[in-house]
Amino acid sequence: MSATAIDVRPVLLAPRVSLAHAWRYWLRNAVIFKHTYQLSLLGWFLEPVIYLVAMGLGLGKYLREVNGIPYMDFIAPGLVALSVMYGATFETTWNAFFKMERGRIYDAAIATPVELEDVALGEALWGATRASIYGAAFVVIALPFGVFHSWLGVLTPVALPLTGLMFSFMGLSFAYTIKQIDYLSYYWTLFLTPMFMFSGIFFPLDKLPGWVQTLAWFMPLRHCVELMRALLLQGDAVAAARAALWVAVVTLVLFPVPLNLLRRRLTN
Amino acid sequence: MAVSRSAVVARSLIKRYGRFEAVRGIDFTAEERTCFGFLGPNGAGKTTTMRMISCVSPPSAGTLDVLGFPVTQRARAIKARMGVVPQENNLDEEVSVLENLLIYARYFGIKRAIAEPRADEHLAFVQLEEKRDWKITRLSGGMKRRLLIARALMNDPEILILDEPTTGLDPQARHLVWEKLRSLKREGVTLLLTTHYMEEAAQLCDRLVIMHEGTILVEGSPRELVAAHTTRQVVEVFEPPEELHSALTSIEGSVRRVERLADRWLFYTDDGDETLGKVRALAIDPGSVWLRGGTLEDVFLSLTGRRLVE
Repeated sequence: MSATAIDVRPVLLAPRVSLAHAWRYWLRNAVIFKHTYQLSLLGWFLEPVIYLVAMGLGLGKYLREVNGIPYMDFIAPGLVALSVMYGATFETTWNAFFKMERGRIYDAAIATPVELEDVALGEALWGATRASIYGAAFVVIALPFGVFHSWLGVLTPVALPLTGLMFSFMGLSFAYTIKQIDYLSYYWTLFLTPMFMFSGIFFPLDKLPGWVQTLAWFMPLRHCVELMRALLLQGDAVAAARAALWVAVVTLVLFPVPLNLLRRRLTN
Repeated sequence: MAVSRSAVVARSLIKRYGRFEAVRGIDFTAEERTCFGFLGPNGAGKTTTMRMISCVSPPSAGTLDVLGFPVTQRARAIKARMGVVPQENNLDEEVSVLENLLIYARYFGIKRAIAEPRADEHLAFVQLEEKRDWKITRLSGGMKRRLLIARALMNDPEILILDEPTTGLDPQARHLVWEKLRSLKREGVTLLLTTHYMEEAAQLCDRLVIMHEGTILVEGSPRELVAAHTTRQVVEVFEPPEELHSALTSIEGSVRRVERLADRWLFYTDDGDETLGKVRALAIDPGSVWLRGGTLEDVFLSLTGRRLVE
């Protein structure tokens, strides 16, 4: 039956989505952000700044260098990736869930020519946007510390939205699956925190046991950290391309998932 | 007068949620430029039907055409020409009244140069022009409902869908909403509304259906339904003393039906004065007896029962 075929669409199948309509929902989020950013912006990119100063100055006193690089310079690019991950995740889990469930903002949007898939894509693009703003803000703050050393860093404006989009698709997929926001703590402790520790932000992974390294290869944040480090610190175009490819492929595979999940969730 | 065309046509329309059938094969036709109402207790399937009409919940079986298009195939095209006033407030709380309307207009692809004057026009229509720059959190319930109506008008819809438009409003706000809806109908907008206020249905609807447990029990104009399903008049007796019960039971004449509730007796009668005379002859306290006309509420309760639906 054609009417129900939409409901049980496999999550990885190409969704029926319109970029033009997704853009309209993106604009809705942008307007709201314009009115509220003063309230929240500081809180989210401040966290990586605290890590940079505390770890860089504190731990950096004892641990002067990592592989010949000053400790603060070593961790700074990874913290850029971290701020993007947190920005995208917060926007697409907590915020998206409340827009959907409490504010009923999705119901308002889909009473217009905007469809559920457009809302999900618009939300993901917005998550990437907001995360890029956090990442860029952190880069600007870290610049005077003299921690960035490569001109490949000019490619950062491409790397930030790519990283943000991947984590946005992940966050949305989770938010559109859970029934209550309380489950969010699982996402944090089982997914984000291990990545935070084992993605090579604070120490290189190459001295860890082989199985940990294998496990770390599957962690999305690790590749984002490598991408940022290759661009901002090492100036290693090959490493950057390799990491970017990993992130791009995963992003592409994830793209239909939240779109189809939202259709499943809200159609009935 | 323009030839009337059908705005919404449903044939054997069914909606299932898993095994539960919320709408069980209903047929109805809502003509353009009229007000068509869905009445029913909670859980009757009214909101489900509205969600199918507004293209957000696909039918499980049967056909449903809105503005001549099947809802399953042309959702975007239909929604572009439709306005929806939801049951629950879903405004963007963080921004102003005006911004809410502009955001909504953008969903339809309406440019700001067109949207802003239109927003002012609709705000004046619902008497919120002075609240243009207010934040949503400052608005009362009635103001929010009127803003939702203004918002639903941003695309100049041909069909306006209203899910319980006045639930929770005070009488002043309710009458204002009714007045606005009547004036929209005069302008040629087709109204589809759900309600469980009989007075609202009687005031607004040209035709209505009474739904119960996923089916349509009756359809007609409010006047036709009252004529067909209840008596012209009703005599109500409030807490009659025990010793009069047998005498009351034996009252006949024009009485068609007697209903005994916990606190009063209802005599459904074709001749109210005659029945009233017979009741008063029983030396009953005259203050506890009164005569009223048959209403849509009588129709509704006799068809759907007095039992609480939960």
